[in-house]
Amino acid sequence: MLIGRRITVAVKGKTLLQDVDLSLSPGQVLAVVGPNGAGKSTLLKAMTGERKTTAGEIELDGRALWHWPAAALASRRAVLAQSTEVVFPFLVSEIVTLGMRGKLTAAEQQRIVQRALAAVDMSAMADRIYGTLSGGEKQRVQLGRVLAQVWSCGCTYLMLDEPTSNLDLAHQLLILRLAREHARSGGGVLMILHDLNLASMAADQIVALKDGNRIASGAPVEVMTDDLIAALYGVRAQVRGVPEGPFLLPQTARLLA
Amino acid sequence: MSTSGVMTPAATGATPARRGGLMLAVGAILLAVAIVASLAIGPIFIAPANILVILADAVQGVRPTDGIAMRDAVVVLDIRLPRTVLTALVGGALAVAGAVLQGVFRNPLADPGLVGVSTGAAFAAVLWIVFGGVVGIYLPQILLAFALPISAFLGSLISTILLYSLATREGRTSVAMLLFAGIALGALAAAGTGLVIFVASDQQLREFTFWTLGSTGGASWLKVGIALPFFAALFAGSFWLARGLDALAIGEAEAFHMGVDTQWLKRLAIVLVAAGVGAAVAISGVIGFVGLVVPHLLRLSAGPMHDRLLIGCALSGAALLIASDIVARTVAAPAEVPIGVVTAIIGAPYFLYLVHRNRAALGG
Repeated sequence: MLIGRRITVAVKGKTLLQDVDLSLSPGQVLAVVGPNGAGKSTLLKAMTGERKTTAGEIELDGRALWHWPAAALASRRAVLAQSTEVVFPFLVSEIVTLGMRGKLTAAEQQRIVQRALAAVDMSAMADRIYGTLSGGEKQRVQLGRVLAQVWSCGCTYLMLDEPTSNLDLAHQLLILRLAREHARSGGGVLMILHDLNLASMAADQIVALKDGNRIASGAPVEVMTDDLIAALYGVRAQVRGVPEGPFLLPQTARLLA
Repeated sequence: MSTSGVMTPAATGATPARRGGLMLAVGAILLAVAIVASLAIGPIFIAPANILVILADAVQGVRPTDGIAMRDAVVVLDIRLPRTVLTALVGGALAVAGAVLQGVFRNPLADPGLVGVSTGAAFAAVLWIVFGGVVGIYLPQILLAFALPISAFLGSLISTILLYSLATREGRTSVAMLLFAGIALGALAAAGTGLVIFVASDQQLREFTFWTLGSTGGASWLKVGIALPFFAALFAGSFWLARGLDALAIGEAEAFHMGVDTQWLKRLAIVLVAAGVGAAVAISGVIGFVGLVVPHLLRLSAGPMHDRLLIGCALSGAALLIASDIVARTVAAPAEVPIGVVTAIIGAPYFLYLVHRNRAALGG
């Protein structure tokens, strides 16, 4: 279990997060939603151990997060951060290989790298230089690296900061399917999503943040209401309503391949 | 400010050849050729075949005792060999230190000579030579023998820490701040060096050009021995850092997520760089651009993975500096040109080319 209690983060007198509770269990996909600046990334960074909290406590497997050495932590959780800039001309396959942990034979490494590249649909670009890729391709390569970490050392928790932000529809669905598969095989997934439809579709539980406070939490059906959308974004929308004109219903969308 | 544009090669998606193993073999061959050439070339030319005989005999403890053979053995073993070994160690150390420094700053323009790390070492070395006698009498003999490289090490350590704290905010290094702060620190340390030299006019100090443009003349086995522990620390330690430096290239936070203790990694890397650069400066003055050109060319040919890169840098850096030294001592013979003049003639245009190609990332 990854449990955060009353997480508070303040920088120079400005409170970014205020008494936020969050817990993630194996088998669960948890989506964090909310407007820009709500504190979603700050919450994720606190839960990964990257960012110190001002108050509150975070426990991983019954042990305070800051007692975990970086190496031990990396064997329990893998993280996909937003917009990663890589220096030096690494190849796509090299980036994915760098995610690997632990002592593995060359053949095992090779197999995991190929599986990770295939999982994010980047096998064809394994020999390209990372810096020459598009934003969406870079995002998929980074996810491939994170998957290589998960598969090489059996990480339980997967934390993704807007993993679908640069992706086309097919690849968005691909990423959500990977998250669901990870949960089905006994992992826990914490991800930040902006697209409420995708969040409703992929998550067992949704946590809504606004101005650093948790204003709602629960199963998508309970949480996704007209009132919540209004409170979060100041937007009046009909949840489960049908707008006029043509529309695309992502809930019915399934990958063709 | 993004640092990414600086690192990506101009190639637009072409599959680069990754001939890491081949590049290491090429580096080793270049080094072997450079060593033989360095032993052969000079006021007296000694044929490579004779050099191999002299070296093979010396390994067995045999030295010729008559005529030309004895003269050649003296030239090779007592004059050219210590200089060649010292030059090789300095060149390898500068290139490896450059690659490690670039990994820590996540920037390919961080050359120890360009960003003031070497100049800081020179200033501290000069300070020790002039004022060290005052404290020297209180130091144990063993420490005294290593006092010069230790001073230079501390000088380059302080420069590097200052540079890091000026140029880096929340794990992100600004290219402009790195270069500007480096220029300012370097200028200040060079001014301090000049001031101490001209005010003290100490016999031991050698000339100002030694501390600004370097020289591997006056090499001796004693100097090699004094600097060797520092170089050994850099070579051994930095290969151990290789995986962490690879992870750091992906990002500061990402490296932590991947299990790297980034604070520890950066501290160790900075200490090792300071040890290597400090020892290099203590025995050969400030030699620029080796740490810039060698790692950059190797990243293009052998790839940026640090395990291969650092070995390649040690071999090719040694070969390049030996070649530069041969030029430095023959081009104006019998006079010697400072070796830093030769490396700058090669390196400065290369630096300009790098800056020009990445002008967008530099805000120009």
